Amino acid sequence: MNWLAMEQWSPYVCGAGIGLLSWFTFLLSDKPLGTSTSFARTAGMIERLLRGNRVLDREFFQKVTPSIDWQWMLVLGIVIGSFISSSLSGVAQIHWVPEPWLSVFGSAVLPRVLVAFLGGAFLAIGARWADGCTSGHGISGTMQLAVASWIAAICFFVGGIAMATILYAIPTL
Amino acid sequence: MYESLRGNARSQKALGLLFGIIFGFLLQKSGVTTYKVIINQLLLTDFTVLKVMMSAVVVGTVGIHFMHGKGMVNLHVRSGSFGSTIVGGLIFGVGFALLGYCPGTVAGAVGQGAMDALVGGVLGLTLGSWIYAVSYPKLAPFLDKGEFKHERLQDLFHLGTWAVIVPLIVLIIALFVGLEWLGL
Repeated sequence: MNWLAMEQWSPYVCGAGIGLLSWFTFLLSDKPLGTSTSFARTAGMIERLLRGNRVLDREFFQKVTPSIDWQWMLVLGIVIGSFISSSLSGVAQIHWVPEPWLSVFGSAVLPRVLVAFLGGAFLAIGARWADGCTSGHGISGTMQLAVASWIAAICFFVGGIAMATILYAIPTL
Repeated sequence: MYESLRGNARSQKALGLLFGIIFGFLLQKSGVTTYKVIINQLLLTDFTVLKVMMSAVVVGTVGIHFMHGKGMVNLHVRSGSFGSTIVGGLIFGVGFALLGYCPGTVAGAVGQGAMDALVGGVLGLTLGSWIYAVSYPKLAPFLDKGEFKHERLQDLFHLGTWAVIVPLIVLIIALFVGLEWLGL
């Protein structure tokens, strides 16, 4: 079908689809959409591989057990779903340095990967610190009318807009 | 009728995978699994991310509160505090801009072949989570500082659920109209 091969759908249609999907995650799984805790479980699973059950001595991993759960499978599913969507439209392609980074900072792989790595670390620390991410707070919490989630989502964008503005101003200095 | 399904760990993992595939498909089709779309949102030149999120909120909030009113679903509202929500949210924002993906869209970016998302993002997220886990006992007392008094917007505004939802939807639609009018 032609629309499956379209590179982009209306953001309103996709967003409405995600809203609809969340009805079913609440109804069938009793869970809001969320993703960031899975990276913490993964970290715990790696530590468990290296140090065995001593990982459970950590207070955090008693709370967030290092095991595969519903949300971990959801994150795995996101990789697969995105692969299907991008393959159907023909945009799936191995690439290291995306635009507009490429035009502004050049095509060297290492700087992009290092900044991405640092960003990933901040993102994970911030998500655990604030108890949620763009999905858990930004979509699921806001739709439940949670005060903390609306405040968290605003802070995500305030911090993000400030940092992105500084980052992309650097080459013009 | 949903209790046995919700309690079945094996079925839940399968459902999680299925929901994830649909979520990832929609995220990719919307464009938000692309670095350019996210960074341009943070540089305020492309509002796709906000449109996707707020459309999900409009549709999601109506269904979830309708079902909650009928006793069909439980809500999972998280409480917050200055020390946790605001400080953590700002740290998250810094990471959001440096990585150019968030924890969900980074998985979608990996699915469409972004190696910066995989080698940089996923490894950074995993290491960052571990650093947080190790530091957690020391951070924990700080997280409770300045707890928010209200959990839900209804409590904050002293209004009923639908008296919050209807104006919220009107505001979001006004935002959409404004964005389209400005050509953003």
